[in-house]
Amino acid sequence: MFGEPRHVSTATLRNSFERRSVLIGGLQVGVGVLLAVRMGWIGVVQNAKYATASESNRVNLTLIPPRRGLILDRNNIPLAANRADYRVDVIPERVADTDKTLAELGQLLNLGPDALQDLQDKMDKARGAQPVEVASGLDWDHFAAVSVRLPDMPGVIAQRGFSRWYETGPSVGHLIGYVGPASAADYEKERNPLLITPGFKIGKDGMEKHFEAMLRGTPGARRAEVTASGRIVRDLEMREDVPGKTLKLTVNAQLQDYAARRIGLESAAVVVVDCLTGDILALVSMPSYDPNTFSDGIGRIEWKMLNEDDHIPLLNKAVRGLYPPGSTMKPMATLALQQHGVSPDERVNCPGGYRLGNRFFRCDAVHGSVDMRTAIERSCNTYFWSMAHRVGYDAIAPVARLLGLGQEFDLPGTAQRYGTIPDPAWKMRRYKQQWSAADSLNASIGQGYVSVSPLQLAVMTSRIASGKDLQPAIIFDQQRAATSPLPFSADQLAVAHDGMFRVVNGSGTATASRLQVGNIKMAGKTGTAQVRRLISRGHVGDWKSRDHSLFICYAPTDAPRYAMSVVVEHGTFGARAAAPIARDVMTFLFDPAKALDTLHALEKQWGGTPSERMQAKYRAFAAQYGASAPKVGNDAAVAEAITAADSSEAAVDTTTVTSEAEHGNDTAPSPSPSPSATPVAPAPATTPAPSPTIAASPSPTVTP
Amino acid sequence: MARSLVPAAIASEPWGLILPLFVLNTFGSVVLYSAAGGHMRPWALLHEIHFLVFLLMAFGISRLSQDFFKVMAFPIYGVIVALLVLVELVGAVKGGSQRWLDLKFMQLQPSELMKPAIVLALARFFDMMPPGMTRTWRVLVPLAGIVGLPALLVMMQPDLGTGLAITVGAAVVIFMAGLPMWWFLSAGAAVLVAAPIAFFTLLHGYQRDRVLVFLNPESDPLGKGYHITQSKIAIGSGGFWGKGFGNGSQSHLDYLPEAQTDFAFATMAEEWGLVGGIFVLAIFLWVFRWGMRVSRNAPDRFSSLLAAGMTFTIFFYMAINTMMVLGLAPVVGIPLPFISHGGSSLMTNMICVGSIMAVDKWSKRGGALGT
Repeated sequence: MFGEPRHVSTATLRNSFERRSVLIGGLQVGVGVLLAVRMGWIGVVQNAKYATASESNRVNLTLIPPRRGLILDRNNIPLAANRADYRVDVIPERVADTDKTLAELGQLLNLGPDALQDLQDKMDKARGAQPVEVASGLDWDHFAAVSVRLPDMPGVIAQRGFSRWYETGPSVGHLIGYVGPASAADYEKERNPLLITPGFKIGKDGMEKHFEAMLRGTPGARRAEVTASGRIVRDLEMREDVPGKTLKLTVNAQLQDYAARRIGLESAAVVVVDCLTGDILALVSMPSYDPNTFSDGIGRIEWKMLNEDDHIPLLNKAVRGLYPPGSTMKPMATLALQQHGVSPDERVNCPGGYRLGNRFFRCDAVHGSVDMRTAIERSCNTYFWSMAHRVGYDAIAPVARLLGLGQEFDLPGTAQRYGTIPDPAWKMRRYKQQWSAADSLNASIGQGYVSVSPLQLAVMTSRIASGKDLQPAIIFDQQRAATSPLPFSADQLAVAHDGMFRVVNGSGTATASRLQVGNIKMAGKTGTAQVRRLISRGHVGDWKSRDHSLFICYAPTDAPRYAMSVVVEHGTFGARAAAPIARDVMTFLFDPAKALDTLHALEKQWGGTPSERMQAKYRAFAAQYGASAPKVGNDAAVAEAITAADSSEAAVDTTTVTSEAEHGNDTAPSPSPSPSATPVAPAPATTPAPSPTIAASPSPTVTP
Repeated sequence: MARSLVPAAIASEPWGLILPLFVLNTFGSVVLYSAAGGHMRPWALLHEIHFLVFLLMAFGISRLSQDFFKVMAFPIYGVIVALLVLVELVGAVKGGSQRWLDLKFMQLQPSELMKPAIVLALARFFDMMPPGMTRTWRVLVPLAGIVGLPALLVMMQPDLGTGLAITVGAAVVIFMAGLPMWWFLSAGAAVLVAAPIAFFTLLHGYQRDRVLVFLNPESDPLGKGYHITQSKIAIGSGGFWGKGFGNGSQSHLDYLPEAQTDFAFATMAEEWGLVGGIFVLAIFLWVFRWGMRVSRNAPDRFSSLLAAGMTFTIFFYMAINTMMVLGLAPVVGIPLPFISHGGSSLMTNMICVGSIMAVDKWSKRGGALGT
């Protein structure tokens, strides 16, 4: 074409047109062939790939969250069960207009400003396809109201499902833990689509968390044909879920609930152990949170409520609270003394205190001449100081450990802190200081560096009562270690038993708390643990600086069946706060009706059951703060808050220890007169006799 | 002349073109019937009615004389250019571009009408031009004006697809008119060089995205690549025989966007498979072959250029649409003639068909008069 002549005629153009039309025709055929080949490539060669893609478009596999395994008590009463309910979830990622959706949901479900704020928080926190619970346990009307509006609210899911239900709420909070939606961190750990299935909950604490794998079960699945916008056209196939396995605990649900309710307004722990088997029948820490309200995520008001409560509801005091055991150590100490040759009949004169070198340790009363049994009965410090000084503290610490103090037990699902049974090596390691004689005296009456948990106290009591090295168990079917008798003779044990019998039934410190159930007698021991260097003592002063009140007991005395420890934080004397709770809980074991009468009368004064009181408090907080309460952190922050709850207790202990350490070498006791130094008889439990008020005194303790 | 106005016998109508088109359009109705979930409404019935109405229009066009065509060529072109300017001034804005004139009784898209109008105008231009001028530089000046003005107006709307269709339709007529081959080769080379530059400077953001997505649709399967990905899934899952009539899950469950318009070919291929695709392609090729044959047998330069340009306009629609649907071209809003639902593009295509039929009539009547 380049070489064509300059002259162009119609004929040459016609000629060129002919040739070029063939070219164009060829182009058309070429494109047609290209298209056909391309179609063959996609449709035939790659058919399998695209058929799969089409099928995964068309069919939506919805996981059905498995029903969680039940948690039963020893009598098969459910502690944690599942309730069929209607629920509404939202997947923030799929929501088109968050504000509009929230407003509509709030209106449909009657959500208050605090609930809407919590929902907003949870939606802000959600990542990826993580669902957020809007409401559960809905009635049909509300559920239907949301259901019919679903097409206008993309991302909102209304479905029927199961939710976790704890019949006794706060009573089992610390024992069972709670469930909640899986967090982003959970999902990263376990890339399981079940975790981001709306309605699925994961164990967050306690048994629920520890036995997650066992309780979870296998999800069911529903294959459905769905449109691009997620509307289900029809169900194709359905596979039922396999519920999780049942977990049976040794706990007695009714006892657990009774003890929790009986604690009332106090901050306390109650542990009951079966003296025949070591089974833990109750493991209570109150106040607690309500696991039912935690399972839809923790709301702002709730969080504020829990954090501002000086009773530290987030701390499981039964296994993680550490307290100086005070005089509850004394029955144990008698066994140690007898093992080292001290005759139970040997008498020691108590002139109202004990002189060590030029330092005077003050007893809370002038007990006169006391033998071993009386020393327990009247809780005479002088006796134990002088005996401990004789045999040496080194003889006592091993027995304390033998009986369970400072020990950690094989109790899955409980995060125990094991405290301290100090000895010279420990003090050197911890404080780089030599063990002093004063340390021995302090430790011998359960003060100073000694710190134990209520659980350990209960185990110690059960071992003293049974004479066997019972191993506590919380899982009903758990393999029990064979028990063997403790290395104490029956006579030696009898001395401790007699002393404890007389504490309650003689002229001891807890006579007001004897059982009123037929011929059943209870033996016990009070304890009062100093919280910090004292400015004032007893029931005066602010709550935080009052003494802890402790009581250990077992019953019946002739054939011990139940052992118990009760620790009431800042409850002042052991006999005053802890012993009455122990008496009523013990009564419940033998005569539930009588015990419930007592409880109902008390709850009238307190303003209802713990659940009712928490709800009332929530309403008050919500009215006061509305949606303005500070935001709740993520799971990690919640865990941190719980740890912080622990260490605030630990700090109290340290204060005590520091004050002891600081003043350990003081030369003389403060001469401040003690107003209660004169009475010879120990103060009866009901008399709130103020103990020696000694400002900045090195006096280690006073234990009525 | 009087004899020519007598209506031709039905037997003399170009059934070789009309019947395949009717079959193709009816197949389109079947696809639309399925896409509507087994209902004649809203698309299938209207699709068939549109076809019949525009077929009557095509018959009407085919009866017009060549002189009338020649006389009207530039006035029509001028009116449509004026409409394009009007659109620029007062047009309705839809989907981010200004393409429609609201005539109250219908939405008029002048850029659609420009596709056959540019072919007509150029055919007339080359018809008037002395053959000797064909290979001189002077011819390029008026050509640049005739093609450049509407093309730029349409691209400014912005409607890249239609602008491209106008340019390509014009280019084919110019090519067939016999301009030197090396001009086209160098123009092609220039486009290759200029395209990347234009891509980064002239294109709007969404147009650039379309091109990028075309190059790699899997980069954003749920976002901008969604259309192409879903279309390929529909066609690919259809396989050889298809999923069967009424069983296309991609279109029925709304995964395939624009299942009744731009992506109607994918809707069809999902249910009818490769077999259906070959069938559609075969009819199209038959129609193009028919059109090109009319063009070659045309009595004169004007009518052969007209027929070739009109044929190529339909071809360009079909090629760009199917290539887009098959992931071989970027997503541009060009429907598949006779299959996709939509009156405006069907009208354009039937104007083209009518013009080809007219040329066919001229050549039969004129016999060997031309050459």
